[in-house]
Amino acid sequence: MRWWLPDAGSTFAGPIDGLFTAILIITGIALVLVEVGLVTFAIRYRGRPGRKAFYTHGSTRAEVIWTAIPAVTMVALGLISNHYWVLIKDKKSVPPNAYRLGVHAKQFEWQVTYPGADGKLGTSDDFTVRNQLHVIVNQPTAVELTSEDAIHSFFVPEWRLKQDAVPGMHITAWFQATKTGEFELGCAELCGMGHYRMRARVFVQTPDEYKAWVAQQAAGGTE
Amino acid sequence: MMRATQVVDEMRPPVPAEPGAGVYSKKLGMWVFLASDVMFFTALIGSYIVLRFGMPSPWAQPGAVLNVPLTGLNTFLLICSSVSMVKAYAAIADGKKYFLRKVPGKRLQDGGLKFWMLITIICGAGFVGVQLIEYIKLVGEGFTPAGYREASLLAEHALADPIKYGAGVAGMYGSTFFTMTGFHGFHVTCGVISMLYLYFTKVLPEKYSAQDYRGIEVIGLYWHFVDLVWIILFTIVYLI
Amino acid sequence: MTTVAHAQPHAHGDAQHAPMSFWRKYIFSTDHKIIGIQFLFVSLFFLLIGGLLAMQIRWQLGFPGKPLPGGGILPESMVQNGVILPEYYIQLVTMHGTFMVFFAIMPLLVGVYANFLIPLKIGTHDMAFPRINMWSFWLALLAGMIMLSGFFVPDGAPRAGWTMYAPLSARPDLSGATISQKLWSISIVVLGLSSVMGSVNYITTIINHRAPGMTWFRMPLSVWSLFITAILAVLALPVLQGAAILLLFDQTLGTHFFDPGAGGQALLWQHLFWFFGHPEVYILILPAMGMASDIIANGSRKPIFGYHSMVFAIIGIAFLGWIVWGHHMFMSGMNPTLGSTFMVSTLLIAVPSAVKVFNWMGTMWRGNLRFHVPMLNAIGFVSMFTIGGLSGIFMAATPVDIPLHDTQFIVAHLHYVLFGGSLFALFAAIPYWYPKMFGRMMSERIGKLHFFLTFIFYNMTFFPMHIIGMGGQMRRIYDPTIYDFLKPQQPLNVFISYSAFALFAVQFLFAFNFLWSLKFGKKAPMNPWEDNGLEWSLPNPAPHGNWAPNTPNVYRGPYEFSAPEAGDKDYLPQYVKLPTDRDPVPAPLPATH
Repeated sequence: MRWWLPDAGSTFAGPIDGLFTAILIITGIALVLVEVGLVTFAIRYRGRPGRKAFYTHGSTRAEVIWTAIPAVTMVALGLISNHYWVLIKDKKSVPPNAYRLGVHAKQFEWQVTYPGADGKLGTSDDFTVRNQLHVIVNQPTAVELTSEDAIHSFFVPEWRLKQDAVPGMHITAWFQATKTGEFELGCAELCGMGHYRMRARVFVQTPDEYKAWVAQQAAGGTE
Repeated sequence: MMRATQVVDEMRPPVPAEPGAGVYSKKLGMWVFLASDVMFFTALIGSYIVLRFGMPSPWAQPGAVLNVPLTGLNTFLLICSSVSMVKAYAAIADGKKYFLRKVPGKRLQDGGLKFWMLITIICGAGFVGVQLIEYIKLVGEGFTPAGYREASLLAEHALADPIKYGAGVAGMYGSTFFTMTGFHGFHVTCGVISMLYLYFTKVLPEKYSAQDYRGIEVIGLYWHFVDLVWIILFTIVYLI
Repeated sequence: MTTVAHAQPHAHGDAQHAPMSFWRKYIFSTDHKIIGIQFLFVSLFFLLIGGLLAMQIRWQLGFPGKPLPGGGILPESMVQNGVILPEYYIQLVTMHGTFMVFFAIMPLLVGVYANFLIPLKIGTHDMAFPRINMWSFWLALLAGMIMLSGFFVPDGAPRAGWTMYAPLSARPDLSGATISQKLWSISIVVLGLSSVMGSVNYITTIINHRAPGMTWFRMPLSVWSLFITAILAVLALPVLQGAAILLLFDQTLGTHFFDPGAGGQALLWQHLFWFFGHPEVYILILPAMGMASDIIANGSRKPIFGYHSMVFAIIGIAFLGWIVWGHHMFMSGMNPTLGSTFMVSTLLIAVPSAVKVFNWMGTMWRGNLRFHVPMLNAIGFVSMFTIGGLSGIFMAATPVDIPLHDTQFIVAHLHYVLFGGSLFALFAAIPYWYPKMFGRMMSERIGKLHFFLTFIFYNMTFFPMHIIGMGGQMRRIYDPTIYDFLKPQQPLNVFISYSAFALFAVQFLFAFNFLWSLKFGKKAPMNPWEDNGLEWSLPNPAPHGNWAPNTPNVYRGPYEFSAPEAGDKDYLPQYVKLPTDRDPVPAPLPATH
């Protein structure tokens, strides 16, 4: 049983999980305040014969306080969030040295195009593998997402990465995996009846392992 | 019980009330409905703008596919109907329920509500008729909501002069053209039908008077709105 | 509707010597109260359908691959050997969402209570346009029937989710459903027409038909919220209609609006849909907030705390609701800079929402609380809406939305708002105005039992979904167990499913209470909740025409509970004239041209 976000697997996990925890604390305080308040009031001010409610139409001071506090909190939260949002999703934030892969989504599979030995997409030694995503650990990687048919969504929970693949659009998403091992890539946007089984295996490898795998593929090796 | 029910039905509107919008409810209701119709056309026109300017290749040149002079004439017809609607409104505000009446010292007869409403209906119906003829002609030439029909006249033209006829955008051109003008035509048709209904149930039996001509005012609001939408559509679909 | 007739003591008397036949009175009625009741029965029916679909979804998620109990009655195209098929599963999620949003919650809040309450609470005889009102109901029913018929056509119901994202929804070769996808579009266009007709009525009636003395700031918050809701509906529904029409033309005429191959844009649908969809979210919660406000003030025997700020919060939420639609599209490939803008506007919505919650608490503070069933459910509404509102902050913060988007966390959030919020408010509103509708009271004892059980099972069902969503379980997947990272949390899915079945079962208490009380409920006294609203100056059930041929005079605001002038009573109705009160002067009638 897991009660928290999946284990961190990319550089995004740090700030996102931190922000998640921060929001959890803020909202937790608000929640406790409201729920405890409701229960306390319900017990303390329960109707009893002979009692009369305190006749008031409100208090401007209270209104100002409980308008201002959420407003300030929300603006601060927005500013902090935006910093990381730009870092993760802005088009200019993709590192220039990112290793580029092509990911083409179609009902119901992921076609991953690798740049081959020369490290460049769009050359003759590119090769495409179905439902297998191999990436190098600690190497910024950019996936160029396209879609054949419906809208799909590229989702690797451990990387805290999600990006829709939209037909007619070229969308670049980048990440830097920090943990080697095998993970899963799922589709997060309803794309038809096979949506649930649109799954690919993700291998985060050391540079040597990755090179070896590419060489094996180039030699016509099987998956 | 029957009397109570009748009283209720006759009591509304108006009933004693707080100051509201200062206009009677039917007019207010029409304003609210028009606000909602504005949003409907905004959705269509907004989509058109986004789609047209998102196209990789240029739009067909104005007048290449569509018959601008004919539609220009049709636009004139619709504007005329708006003018005649104003005349109808002015006529009943002066209590002129009649069709035509001689005015001493004037060569032209003076038109009343019956005359100007009829002119409005004829112009409106004429607009729909011309639009239908235009549609039939366009479909005949190969212009359909899906684009230029294969092996049609327009498809050949587009092959010969892809820039002028917007060969690369034919599908979207057809989609947006027929949807926008079609829904406008539908609005005009609804207006004509409503006016015909009012004509036979209220105008001809002379139910309107200088004291109460709310129906004419309300349908007039709708009619001017539809006219205004057409001027926008004509500009962005035919002229630009 | 026969049960309604029996429940109304006057019904038989009317039928004997009134010209109004049963058909005129209960079927083709133009009376706003009857139309409200018609909406009530129809939308409760769709609520049941939506619930049945939800149970099948929960069965599949809790016990993937096991035969659905009673699944044998479903055709081969939906289940095989009793096991739900993937193509049926996505029909289930699509139709559950569609029915609940468009045909259950929205008509329950707006169709039922805007119709029933507005004329009664502002003191007029009926809607401004009773016949248009009747059409509004019949079109809504027609739309519902068209939507329902999707299950009975070849290929089954629509399969693209209730949000109908194009191009999946536009292309039958992708979705696998041909006819029903078109039926969805047609149904939505008809429903939009119905909503616009209804809303034109509500807006006009509230502006022009308030009883003398019912100034804007003497209107109950329920009427305020229904008024703002109607404005949202009038402006938002046509956009959805426009979008549905474009979709329908893509499906039938071969147009290319959402077809990227011919220059169409897949994201255009999302922009149009959510431009409607976010105001729609507030259409689904504002009336609930308004009615809960009325009930909490009544239950607390205190004026609502900060009436004006409550009104401005409603207006603020409605205004901000127009500029936040992009927060549904953070992961869609929309320009990330737009994402920043939408994040800020979305976070700001938390402010008026928080103001409302604090004001409800302020209302209870130093009150003299009466825990009748409506009050219990209204308190439940506040506490559950708070969770739903707070969980929204996680998704509003764009970086945190990345792992949570399109997971069960969203499902948890939206159910806390729609079920915990809107539906709890309805469980408060239905018994509260039941005597006004049917002349009888619903059982308090069953009502309390229903509230406590629902509250417990509801939280057991939806709270764990947050955790499942954090773990990464995507929405609308047929079988979570095929993913290694989802396997560890499958026991929680099983727990949720059991809780959901219990939650569903408990609702039969409500259904029983509702139906049984129609005939056997306690006869309602004139003002059973000792409330201040104008509607309680009428007998129960309210007669046709309400106060006709008179209109009531209004002397004060709606929340004068425990006012010193009230003497030994702790409420002071809006229609009661104290010696110090002067009669309001009605406005001159507007010119007839």
